Amino acid sequence: MKKIIAAGLVGLAMGVSGTAMAEPIKIGMITTLSGGGAGLGVDVRDAFELAIEKSGNSEIEVITEDDARKPELAVQIADKMIQSDEVDLMTGIIWSNLAMAVVPSATAQDVIYLSPNAGPSALAGANCNENYFNVAYQNDNFHEAMGNFANKDYKKVFILAPNYPAGKDSLTGFKRFYKGELAGEVYTKLGQTDYAAEIAQIRASGADAVFFFLPGGMGIAFTKQYAQSGVDLPLMGPAFSFSQDVLPAMGDAALGIKNSASWSHDLDNEANKAFVEAFKAEYGRLPSVYAAQAWDTANLILAAAEKASVKDKEAFRAALKQADFASVRGKFSFNTNNHPIQDLYVREVVKEGDVLTNKIVEKTFTDHEDAYAAECKM
Amino acid sequence: MSTALIIEQTLNGLQFGVMLFLMAAGLTLIFGVMGLINLAHGSLYMVGAFACAVAAAATGSFWIGLAASLAAAAAAGALIEVTVIRKLYERDHLDQVLATFALILVFSEGTRWIFGSFPLYLNIPQLLGGVVTLPGGLPYPAYRLAIILVGLAVAVGLYLLISKTRLGMRIRAGESDREMIGALGVDIRTLYTVVFALGAALAGLAGALVGPLQSVQVGMGEPVLILAFVVIVIGGIGSIKGAFIGAILVGVIDTLGRFLLPLALGVFLDPSQAAGVGAALASMLIYVFMALVLAFRPTGLFAAGD
Repeated sequence: MKKIIAAGLVGLAMGVSGTAMAEPIKIGMITTLSGGGAGLGVDVRDAFELAIEKSGNSEIEVITEDDARKPELAVQIADKMIQSDEVDLMTGIIWSNLAMAVVPSATAQDVIYLSPNAGPSALAGANCNENYFNVAYQNDNFHEAMGNFANKDYKKVFILAPNYPAGKDSLTGFKRFYKGELAGEVYTKLGQTDYAAEIAQIRASGADAVFFFLPGGMGIAFTKQYAQSGVDLPLMGPAFSFSQDVLPAMGDAALGIKNSASWSHDLDNEANKAFVEAFKAEYGRLPSVYAAQAWDTANLILAAAEKASVKDKEAFRAALKQADFASVRGKFSFNTNNHPIQDLYVREVVKEGDVLTNKIVEKTFTDHEDAYAAECKM
Repeated sequence: MSTALIIEQTLNGLQFGVMLFLMAAGLTLIFGVMGLINLAHGSLYMVGAFACAVAAAATGSFWIGLAASLAAAAAAGALIEVTVIRKLYERDHLDQVLATFALILVFSEGTRWIFGSFPLYLNIPQLLGGVVTLPGGLPYPAYRLAIILVGLAVAVGLYLLISKTRLGMRIRAGESDREMIGALGVDIRTLYTVVFALGAALAGLAGALVGPLQSVQVGMGEPVLILAFVVIVIGGIGSIKGAFIGAILVGVIDTLGRFLLPLALGVFLDPSQAAGVGAALASMLIYVFMALVLAFRPTGLFAAGD
């Protein structure tokens, strides 16, 4: 009996000291959990929640809401979170158009927003904000990495993206580093599902490789149709089209495709091993690059919370800016515009047993910065 | 630009067109016979694709998947007809739109609940996996060619069904005077269920056929639904023949527009600009075409009862 009481007292004492250190933080997460592209939001939510749970910090409260990929809905949720839930931090948005609708007004109300994915150029340059931290990338980065990689082997690349701002940014990013000639440049309709016409053009163009940016279902459709078409030029693209969430739907059609990212599950560092293990154990699937970014976002918040109070915005921003956490990407630091300086890799789609996944081929950029940091006066 | 490329693009347009026809035929049939606007038609397309993907994954055979998709979509169609749609025939179009829109949400979230948010995998059958060399040395995917043939076969089949069989006679009678054929002793309730299930099965077939080309995922039906509506408006609401001609026109105009407009603009713009502007114009093309058709023939090209 004595022992039990003693154990209880020790436990109580530990519990008390635990709460004394951590202070309540309310995080509002707006992400896409229904409709097209919900797989990305699910990965972000799952990884973020898992990181918070693993930290043992029970004072952090995460309020998650589904934006259904609709900007107007995201704005409503953001207003509710800021005004009635009084969140300290916000995160979660997947799509650039939703980020553009939510982030400027949230940061203007002195709420700190940490992006686990979208990184539109409009928020990276002249309109950068001290309350906006992008933990993922600036939108152009992955495309720039692919352009840099293409210089090695290809002289005449055919490039393809949907006709919307992120699609234009993509091809601009690719062309910023690619030095060869273009065999063709095509913009497709956003949400297009049949690419027979574009594939016929690729066949006739005399290209030696194809670069494409078609996220979600568009990429699945294109890759499968391309594999069936008998055109056998090498394919490459940013990791969005070959992320762990879409690979099973592509099947063997995706094998051998080169794609660029800041992360891969085989990246060799301790934090990453622990993350991949924990995610697999909890959810029974491999994490995607979105999950990795969300995991880093959560750990960045946890690290900053140990150094500063979230109520002291000035100090908390400074603590975030130090980025003093173990990133699953290995190296990670913030540039002057609060966007990452990080290494970028080229990966290849391979089969490990029965599971399609990515393997790192080479590092194409070391400490890569985005093209807009210089315009940011902060 | 070679003739071979233009022929290939025309074939692509045809293939896209017959796909749209499978969707539009069911939609126009249901509207023609029952006067019902069914927004949930895209959901039936999704049901077909999911049923095909699941059955094909379980059995390893695409053909069993195809049969499953027909059965599942027809069953889902019959089920919603009996439980929901039947109550809507007497209501006005706004009520029908609201109720069938609700069905879209039920189907989408139900499918997500069962299968999750990640797209499913469905591959083309081994038999049609290769590339066929057409006369003139033009390589073309066998599967797309097969879709064109299936679409044409369905068109002929529907024509025979409507014009030569007893069921077809009742469908035509139902189109022209619903009360009268009820009074003549035809079981109109069963007829409606059969027509609805037939339309649903066609949508399911379309979903199963495009499954291997695209991604099988929640929400795949709605973009096609919009195009199917464009097709039946162009073709004339209620007319199967109109749906066929309209679908082929939309398919070919859309495909050739996407291909030729950026090239044409490339003559006087720089390539990057031409690509952007051309793509934007091409995506408007079928709507412009629809507006033109409506301006000159407000009831569509082959309006029922013309």
